[in-house]
Amino acid sequence: MAIPISYNIRNLKLRKGLTIMTALGIALTVTTAVFLMALLAGLKKAFMSSGDPVNVLVMRTGSVAELSGGFDASLFPTLKTLPGIAKDGQGEPLASGEWVVVVVLPRKDGTGEVNVSVRGLMPAGLTLRPGAKLVEGRWFTPGQREVVVGQSIHNRFSGANVGDNLDFAKGQWKVVGVFDSGGTAYDSELWGDVNQIAADFDRQGAFASVYLRATDPVAADALKHRVADDQRLKLEGTLETDYYEKQTSSGGVIKFIGTVVAVIMAIGSSFAAMNTMYAAVAYRSKEIATLRIIGFSRPSILTSFVIEALLLSLLGAVVGIVLILPFNGMSTGIGNQLTFSETVFSLHVTWGVAMTAVIFALIMGLLGGFAPAWHAARQDILTSLRA
Amino acid sequence: MTLTRFVSKSAFRNKRRSILTVLSITFSLLLLTVMMTVWHRFYLDKGDAQSAQRLITRHRVSLTQNMPVYYREKMRTVRGVVAVAPTQWFGGLYKDEKPENFFAQFGTDPAEIFTVMTDFKIPDDQLAAWQHDQAGCVVDSELAKKFGWKIGDRIILKGTIFPVNLELTIRGIFVAPQPSITVYFNQKYVEEAVSFAKGRSGTFNILADSPEDVPKVAAGVDAMFRNSPEPTKTESEKAFQLSFINSMGNVKAFILSICFAVVFATLLVSANTMAMSIRERTREVAVLKTLGFTQQSILKLYIGEAVLVALTGGALGCLLAAGLVVVLANAPGMGFFFLGMRVTTPTFLLAIFVSAMVGLLSAIVPAYHAAKLDIVEGLRYIG
Repeated sequence: MAIPISYNIRNLKLRKGLTIMTALGIALTVTTAVFLMALLAGLKKAFMSSGDPVNVLVMRTGSVAELSGGFDASLFPTLKTLPGIAKDGQGEPLASGEWVVVVVLPRKDGTGEVNVSVRGLMPAGLTLRPGAKLVEGRWFTPGQREVVVGQSIHNRFSGANVGDNLDFAKGQWKVVGVFDSGGTAYDSELWGDVNQIAADFDRQGAFASVYLRATDPVAADALKHRVADDQRLKLEGTLETDYYEKQTSSGGVIKFIGTVVAVIMAIGSSFAAMNTMYAAVAYRSKEIATLRIIGFSRPSILTSFVIEALLLSLLGAVVGIVLILPFNGMSTGIGNQLTFSETVFSLHVTWGVAMTAVIFALIMGLLGGFAPAWHAARQDILTSLRA
Repeated sequence: MTLTRFVSKSAFRNKRRSILTVLSITFSLLLLTVMMTVWHRFYLDKGDAQSAQRLITRHRVSLTQNMPVYYREKMRTVRGVVAVAPTQWFGGLYKDEKPENFFAQFGTDPAEIFTVMTDFKIPDDQLAAWQHDQAGCVVDSELAKKFGWKIGDRIILKGTIFPVNLELTIRGIFVAPQPSITVYFNQKYVEEAVSFAKGRSGTFNILADSPEDVPKVAAGVDAMFRNSPEPTKTESEKAFQLSFINSMGNVKAFILSICFAVVFATLLVSANTMAMSIRERTREVAVLKTLGFTQQSILKLYIGEAVLVALTGGALGCLLAAGLVVVLANAPGMGFFFLGMRVTTPTFLLAIFVSAMVGLLSAIVPAYHAAKLDIVEGLRYIG
């Protein structure tokens, strides 16, 4: 017969101080782990949702990022007339020649300067990114020194409000609008007219990339191959989704360090939990012997103590997750090795993260609880009663 | 039995508990030491004296903008400038895109780069061989070790920024004070293959007269180009590197919050153990008091016990950390993050100090209660 769980709960309550301290220890470990996982989840979200499966990004063969070099603008008309490209209301193909450059902006909180991406695009570039919605002001006017800023830029940098002037490259740029692309990588960019940007950065007559919007995902795939197959072009097409997915690799270091940190902390906490459980067993050796006499079997004693350890760690997990919740949605930036600039993303405590945290804590509880429970179950009844 | 012996005996009287506590503290301190090592490397390491004498100039707008290469000759006229070498980031791929195959590749002027990088040591004959081969390159010794390169080997760098694949012959291996994971080659190679690379340079490395001259040189260089169409930004080598680390995100807050969580968790573990162990010995405390031990000496006994346990854990943690850092520094697939990192003596001492403080703080409350204990009450205590 199994020992009721209420017995374990009452025991945990009885030794409040010990329970709270052990649970807090586990909670801190869980908090750290959740923090790191939430960071990764947020990063993934920013990059994964950035691409549009029907957009094809064309760059020079060998380029791994939009920042690295460009190709002659004379190729643009050829690209524009490829079959499979969607048309806008006027029957014009949705294709945009673009430049991405990096500028340095001061952070709002005064903690230094950060590299930020500036994208120059054609009006069609706005149409083929329906995910980007204007939340304030208006879009830039072609031919003017105007920029619209992404939501994250607007929040994190000074002088990025509508009506402000930003000083970069060859002079002042007027901020005329703020756009929101739903937490994607675009939110960390400034957008302006491609010709103006190219002129300011001495890059006229070329494009770093061309975006083509296909009629559907199948056409996008065909378009991608068509670009690569044309030997004269020396260009390569990538699905926008694939391009951004590759950029998630900048989270690799966080992921590695996060895993090491979480595992080491978990080992430490498991030892602490083991200590607590051994003490719990030692205090209750008479009780355990009595339970055995009443007729509870060794397996049920074992199970009972393991459950107690699991309850303890579950409490820790809950406290740990609660501790991190105030930070949910907090945004931070990460440098991107491919673009040299900062992508802003927010801490994202998803259900998946929370569930992983609970499982993580339960494993700690199991590791810490099994040996003491085994010890409890193996106790000699007579010696324990006499002690 | 001396007092010290009494403390050490009682610290480890419940072997299992003491070992578990020590192990728990060991792992926490291991993590703390590794984190502090990273911190030390990034924010405290000033670099050697020679590095403090160098500056890096980049385009005011951003690192990705190039400057005219003739800036170099103009820079020489700035007071305090001893030598200038142009460096252009190539950013090519070696073998594939895997992070473990990533290293820095700079196109430069073989005639002057080692005059600027005074602390990079290369045998004279190797330097001469490189200067005579336009398709030659020199590699960092650590990098050569990692990839098993020897002099005479050929490496191919697939261009990403510049549309050219460089086929380089290793002519020399240089030793840097700290692993630089760098390959230098002659920028002329790129310039001859790629027209837009001609006459441009991404950065300039400057050697100043003395470390004291560095701020003056920085101001002097920037003033010279302030009103030109392409203004510059010059900073010390360390400041330049730090801006790279900062671009990885808020690393400082990240490390600090982990350190804080670790220390607090250790404190909890240690306090837990001390509370358990002192409560168990309530009767013993009463006996000690009956024998004539004062409140103060009992307080000292228990605090000493906790500090001893924490120190044992701390010392073990430090040793493990030293080992782990070495493993991480040499692990394949780690890229360059941990390269050349090691646990320094100040870090060791700080970690030991933190563990002693943890022991001290964790014992104060339970030890105070024990010291205040009423003898009769204590003797009656049945646990």
